Amino acid sequence: MAANPMTQFNVYRIGPEIKVGAFDISFTNASLFMIISTLAILIIFNLGSKKNSLLPNKIQLLAELSYTFVSKMISDTAGLKAKPYFAFIFSLFMFVLFCNMFGMIPYTFTVTSHIIVTFVLATFIFIGVTVIGFIKHGFGYLKLFVPSGVPPVLLPLIVVIEIISYLSRPVSLSVRLFANMMAGHTMMKVFGGFVISLGIVGGWLPLSFSVALTGLEILVAFLQAYVFAILTCIYLNDALNLHH
Amino acid sequence: MIKKIYFQSIFFSFLFSLEAFAAESGGMPQLNPEFWVSQIFWLTLTFGILYIVLSKLILPKISNNLETRKSQILENIEAAEKQREDSETKLKEYEEIISKSKLEAKNIFNQAREKALKDINAKREVLDKQIDEEISKAEEEINTLRNSAPEKINAIAIETSSDLIQKLIGAEVNNSSISAIVDDLSKRNGDKYYAN
Repeated sequence: MAANPMTQFNVYRIGPEIKVGAFDISFTNASLFMIISTLAILIIFNLGSKKNSLLPNKIQLLAELSYTFVSKMISDTAGLKAKPYFAFIFSLFMFVLFCNMFGMIPYTFTVTSHIIVTFVLATFIFIGVTVIGFIKHGFGYLKLFVPSGVPPVLLPLIVVIEIISYLSRPVSLSVRLFANMMAGHTMMKVFGGFVISLGIVGGWLPLSFSVALTGLEILVAFLQAYVFAILTCIYLNDALNLHH
Repeated sequence: MIKKIYFQSIFFSFLFSLEAFAAESGGMPQLNPEFWVSQIFWLTLTFGILYIVLSKLILPKISNNLETRKSQILENIEAAEKQREDSETKLKEYEEIISKSKLEAKNIFNQAREKALKDINAKREVLDKQIDEEISKAEEEINTLRNSAPEKINAIAIETSSDLIQKLIGAEVNNSSISAIVDDLSKRNGDKYYAN
């Protein structure tokens, strides 16, 4: 093996070590790509919202299409009550999408391929949704764990399963994104390594695989951002419209 | 669900193969907690800034843009609809005026025709009367002439007879005797000559 396919996920410090108390909050390559993604989103959407022409130009069209896309996604899955959370879900979708997409450029770092990043996002969503659910429904929110139309004999089992599935939401949400990104990037690196090790004679096959995988990974990058956002919408829907 | 299982199986298969790598190179970098706090800090910072700027500055602008465009399009459609209605009412008015004026023209024409017919009738009556009068006058004249004709003829006959007798016989005959004969003759043949 020419190079370890996991080295691309290494986090390293850029610049000096910054410590706050016992915590190391140094600027790293992960931080760099978070900032790049954020700046890219802000620049694109700022340009897209600057002018209001009746016939939008390309960047305005892009911004408005993204807006209506996310807005439709939210209203389809979580209804009109989810309107106040539109900005959060929009930022979430864009952040994950841009981090995934920047990761597809060679020699870059994929922020979302780190479990800690996706887990923090998922935990924040989980806690937020739970808080919203309790605020909206009080202790009635616990009815979420008691599906209607279940025979009483099965109820204890069902409730336990429901609670476990509810508590595993942040884990499944974060691991889904992290695993998809890491697996895809590792696979591409492995096939890239094969190209080098097989040389000019046999390297063409893994190279063609690598090309195909790039296409697939771009699809996955979009799809996972979409799945992340839409699952957030579904959790939000559970909290806003309790219909069990 | 199938997709989920598929992706998870990919993930786990890689996890197992990666553990082999991990054994020789110190594990997955993701599980190294050295930079976890730094990543959490920078994630919170960047995502927070992104959220605040998007929600406070950019998204309201985009939403506003979309709304104004929508309302502008609706306004334009409304204005177009209004103008169409206006033109329709104008067209109706125009048609009404046209039909009204057609009716009026017909009326005027009819009136004029009636008047003309009346005039013609009146004039014809007057003329008829005149003609009748003249005819009756002429008839009267003819009648008087016809009535006076036998006397004149008799007178002429008497004269001519007396002249003839004078020339033929050379003797003067009494006019009265001649007139008696003429009268007698004319009475006898009067019907033959003057019968109508």
